[in-house]
Amino acid sequence: MAQMTMIQAITDALRTELRNDPNVLVFGEDVGVNGGVFRATEGLQNEFGEDRVFDTPLAESGIGGLAVGLSLQGFRPVPEIQFFGFVYEVMDSISGQAARLRYRTGGKFNAPVTFRSPFGGGVHTPDMHADSLEGLMAQQPGVKVVIPSTPYDAKGLLISSIRDNDPVIFLEHMKLYRSFRQEVPEEEYTIPLGKAEVKREGTDISIVTYGAMVHESLKAAEELEKEGYSAEVIDLRTVSPIDIETIIASVEKTGRAIVVQEAQKQAGIAANVVAEINDRAILNLEAPVLRVAAPDTIFAFPQAESVWLPNYKDVIETAKKVLTF
Amino acid sequence: MTSKTKNAKLDVNKALDVVEDQFQTLQILNEDGEVVNEAAMPDLTDEQLQELMRRMVYTRILDQRSISLNRQGRLGFYAPTAGQEASQLASQFALEKEDFILPGYRDVPQIVWHGLPLYQAFLWSRGHLEGGQIPEGVNVAIPQIIIGAQYVQTAGVALGMKKRGAKSVAITYTGDGGTSQGDFYEGMNFAGAFKAPAIFIIQNNRFAISTPVDKQSAAKTLAQKAVAAGIPGIVVDGMDPLAVYAATRDARERAINGEGPTLIETLTYRYGPHTMAGDDPTRYRTADLDNEWEKKDPLVRFRKFLETKGLWSEDKENEVIEKAKEDIKEAIKKADGAPKQKVTDLMSIMFEEMPHNLKEQYEIYKEKESK
Repeated sequence: MAQMTMIQAITDALRTELRNDPNVLVFGEDVGVNGGVFRATEGLQNEFGEDRVFDTPLAESGIGGLAVGLSLQGFRPVPEIQFFGFVYEVMDSISGQAARLRYRTGGKFNAPVTFRSPFGGGVHTPDMHADSLEGLMAQQPGVKVVIPSTPYDAKGLLISSIRDNDPVIFLEHMKLYRSFRQEVPEEEYTIPLGKAEVKREGTDISIVTYGAMVHESLKAAEELEKEGYSAEVIDLRTVSPIDIETIIASVEKTGRAIVVQEAQKQAGIAANVVAEINDRAILNLEAPVLRVAAPDTIFAFPQAESVWLPNYKDVIETAKKVLTF
Repeated sequence: MTSKTKNAKLDVNKALDVVEDQFQTLQILNEDGEVVNEAAMPDLTDEQLQELMRRMVYTRILDQRSISLNRQGRLGFYAPTAGQEASQLASQFALEKEDFILPGYRDVPQIVWHGLPLYQAFLWSRGHLEGGQIPEGVNVAIPQIIIGAQYVQTAGVALGMKKRGAKSVAITYTGDGGTSQGDFYEGMNFAGAFKAPAIFIIQNNRFAISTPVDKQSAAKTLAQKAVAAGIPGIVVDGMDPLAVYAATRDARERAINGEGPTLIETLTYRYGPHTMAGDDPTRYRTADLDNEWEKKDPLVRFRKFLETKGLWSEDKENEVIEKAKEDIKEAIKKADGAPKQKVTDLMSIMFEEMPHNLKEQYEIYKEKESK
């Protein structure tokens, strides 16, 4: 096993699938010679050639359309959207086209596209680079939305996403790219899409979260432990579809839950999780299910980012409200 | 190069070849600062020529200082501008105050010379809302982050001017990469269809981050993309301030006269990285290419030209450099004096009136921020 950062695990997953399947194509802006602006595709063009790993002209809508078209020719495209804030430029290709291809053709054709893209706050990017737009994507039936929180998960989930025969939005939190290393097997392995993971077991409260907030929640759980509260932390890993079974099993055990997301509070994944818990486990609840989220503004100007982004203290505060309800 | 078919009527390459051959590069000053196209010389007074040089020297210093301020953590997002002074500043120099600039993120110098106070440009870089509070009477938009989005908006600004009967133009900038975006075509096409007074500038600096221009398009020039929109297009030597000025001034005149938009491609080069956020040009550009373009430097050739005319000297240049350094120091000081950015401030600029969700959150963050 090797120690890898998340970005290395992602490169490793791409390499694995480029080797496994001649139909896998990696393309986007600056992914070739430059190896991607975050070096996610470092060395891949050298190893697999320009035919399989290539730079496109600069147009997200073009990249998305190309991916759908290549799907119709039997390829398995893995395009990169350089920053997920640029997704608005490619929304039609994702929501209007890729998501509907199977449906429109009565199940005859499919778009096995994995749109990879960095997102997430805490790294002082300019406007349109850091937004958490997974809620927007999860609103679209026909696409799956995957967000890994660790290098190990990133590799296994990305391989599964590429192998999935339907469109997957694979979102990579920029702050996690190089924040820590983890043991990652060099051989291939998959992690099923739509399956959450219990990152930490507990009996008093369930903290349901994903992405960078998994780490804030784990930190909060440690602090809560010191005060005598046992928190269970669930990493959704796939935010659409949601692994309801794992969440409900946890809530049935703890009787209390909060949902933590980096995205703004209005609409979004957390609201959906709360609704699912209410639908299925209301009689198990000892307290209302509360949310930790960013405020309902456009993503913060960098100078206010640290206050704007939710952190472990917010998680503790909200958890305590529920624990002492 | 053209594949000839038996039937001349089916020679589909003919029209393309004819079009491409028409796009020759306009140059007035060569690399040695000699006038090579007297007929195209713009009508500029000695004072104006000196002012244009002053701005280029000033902006080169601004670029150097911005890079080091960024490295010290005293500036945020920054896209270096050295190499593109003629392209950026001579086009802006051809404008009048009432003209409206829609910049890309590298086009901060143009909006500063168009009136945006430097300290606000610094605050914009740092990510502070005061950076975007453009003063009354300064006709600029805030630099666009989404590649090409400013092109379509330019059609709107220009159409608005036309509807109001204003004698002004809207001008916008993108790079070679930007010409691949749908917005690029849409902006030109709309402005052409509405005969709106717009100037579209492509600063072709050869690389969209790492992707070379020959991978952006099969088109031989980017200016020829104007043909599809039915508007005039021109290629100019973007390292030649006089050529850039002449082409822009000409486009402006036609726009004001109701003749519609123009596309101008300036052939230029960015000496530095794409931005200061980790780009390493040695991964995709050779030192030979860098050297080749640095020989075309706009400051060098304009300095030679002005010195020959007795309009420039080392003393003059040093004066400008000192002034630039002083202004930058002042502007940073002023930017430092801006109030600490608060989340509650961000809430107050979301809507004209805060909806109930924000009102509720406002109280929570006010409490948080008071600690």
